[in-house]
Amino acid sequence: MTLLESRRVTATARRRGVPRRRGGLAGYFFVGGYAVLLLAFGVFPTVYAFYLSLTNDRGQFTGINQFVKVAQDYRFVPAFTDMLLYLAMWLVVLVGLTVLVAVVLRGRMRPGLSALFRFLFYIPGALAGVASVLVWLFMLDPAVSPVSWLLDSLGFHSFAAVLTPGNLPVIFVLIAFWTGAGGWIVVMYGALNNIPDEVLEAARMDGAGPWKTAWHIQIPMIRQWIAYMAILAFAAGTQLFVEPQLLQTASLGRVTPTWSPNQLAYVFAFQQGDFNGAAAISVFLLALGLIGAGLLVRRSDMFKVDET
Amino acid sequence: MTGITFDSPTARRPGAPGRVLSTAVVVLLLGLLLVFFVLPVIWLLLAPSKTAGQIVSDPPLSFGSFSQIGAAWKHLTSFQNGALLVWLKNSAVYSGASLLLTLATSVPAGYALALTKFRGRKTLLMVTLVTMIMPSATLVLPIFLELNKFHLIGTVWSIILPFSFYPFGVYLVYIYFATSLPREILAAARIDGCSEWQIFTHIALPLAKPVIGLVAFFSFVGNWNNFFLPYLVLPDSNEFPIQVGLNQLLSSTPSFNPVAGAGLNITVPELALAIIIAILPVLVLFLFSQRTLVSGMLAGATKE
Repeated sequence: MTLLESRRVTATARRRGVPRRRGGLAGYFFVGGYAVLLLAFGVFPTVYAFYLSLTNDRGQFTGINQFVKVAQDYRFVPAFTDMLLYLAMWLVVLVGLTVLVAVVLRGRMRPGLSALFRFLFYIPGALAGVASVLVWLFMLDPAVSPVSWLLDSLGFHSFAAVLTPGNLPVIFVLIAFWTGAGGWIVVMYGALNNIPDEVLEAARMDGAGPWKTAWHIQIPMIRQWIAYMAILAFAAGTQLFVEPQLLQTASLGRVTPTWSPNQLAYVFAFQQGDFNGAAAISVFLLALGLIGAGLLVRRSDMFKVDET
Repeated sequence: MTGITFDSPTARRPGAPGRVLSTAVVVLLLGLLLVFFVLPVIWLLLAPSKTAGQIVSDPPLSFGSFSQIGAAWKHLTSFQNGALLVWLKNSAVYSGASLLLTLATSVPAGYALALTKFRGRKTLLMVTLVTMIMPSATLVLPIFLELNKFHLIGTVWSIILPFSFYPFGVYLVYIYFATSLPREILAAARIDGCSEWQIFTHIALPLAKPVIGLVAFFSFVGNWNNFFLPYLVLPDSNEFPIQVGLNQLLSSTPSFNPVAGAGLNITVPELALAIIIAILPVLVLFLFSQRTLVSGMLAGATKE
């Protein structure tokens, strides 16, 4: 009796175990290619960056010396200040305007017109990267700009006057907003569209105007998406490289070649041959990006995806 | 605030001062944004039809002539004996090959993470999420050193392999399968004697077409526009993708670099034309992909 029972138990256990093991092997097979890439270009570079930042060029362990060295570099504080200033402006402008525009396009417009606006706002996204910087070089050069009258009236009579250090964060926000905001407006609009009409109808019944509805109902309901946008915009903002690099080229050296931390890391690595110092800057940036993302992830439910 | 109402027939109260003000603000905002987003694009499209002199002297939104576009094209293609075409070909090779590798790795991986069980699945998922939100440009330097160690610098693989690593794509596929393919279907197929490979190719893949399009779009656009990595790892102009090529054109433009640019025919119209050509593939994708983009970015929402 007991023997029979135990045999039955093992039989069901085995039966249950078979597809599981089969699935397990297949699982490894399916993730294999990706896992190799993840190890090679995600995990390894991260570990390598930490290793380099903790050693010197002869491979000797130096503790936090590399971090102290780069942090004391005269270009370190300005580069990080530039970037943080840019990030703060960029996030405020991006979140404020995209949400506002999405609410307006969702609530107060005929659908066809709203779709046209979204399309036109979205198109400059195709010019992301080098192309957008070049286009804005022209837009901001009073000699060729279609809005040279505007630049003139703001007191910018030459390209050199536009490219003063104080203006650079604003210029980068303009470029980033021009290429990035349209896509996010489309996304925010989509998120607003997911809010059931009954909810908005109920708000209207209660006497809430469109702005009140937006502030108390629509925006809280798409909070998750706003956080998601902020995370990705923050992560992208810490990576600033191509924009200041190209402006530096175009300004004939008037703009410092170490405006952003990534540029500083580049100069450390390729002009000073100091890969350990460059890695230390990378680790600073990595930590900053992870802290920022971590805070936002904790405050939204974005990444609670695996509850099953 | 109280006078503002929704723009719908039941709630319309014409003449309420709050509503007029609110409408004025909305119109002004949208008008300014419209100019901001569209004007540079129109200017860019018109610039190659004019000479450098006309761009300065003529009204900014005027059209020059078609023959001038031809002239700009001729100047552009004669730059370093047709370097522009080589750069375009390079970009196509890098983005195309990475796209194939990205799809071949991320689609099965996302599928397995969503629908199979294996030891380490959770860990892999977590690492994927972390790398997805990690600022990837900060890894470019260590990746450069890694590639250097394996003597891959200057080869096509130094671009294609890092480009193929795309955790966001895996995440999208994972979300898609986790939400739209019930495990019961897979269990039924297993009972019917399908192998895991058959289940993947016959059941999962045909269902995955929308998400494959999505991953392909993001991967291609991202890689086509990537500048930092190729800028570091490719020393030779013949290997540049178009983005790095544009940088070289910029530093050869007399108006931005009078010394190196002297004697070359690369002026504003040529540069504008180069920009248009460089973004053309991405622009075509963008024209047809707005809906794709939304569904991709909102993919997580269907989970709840």
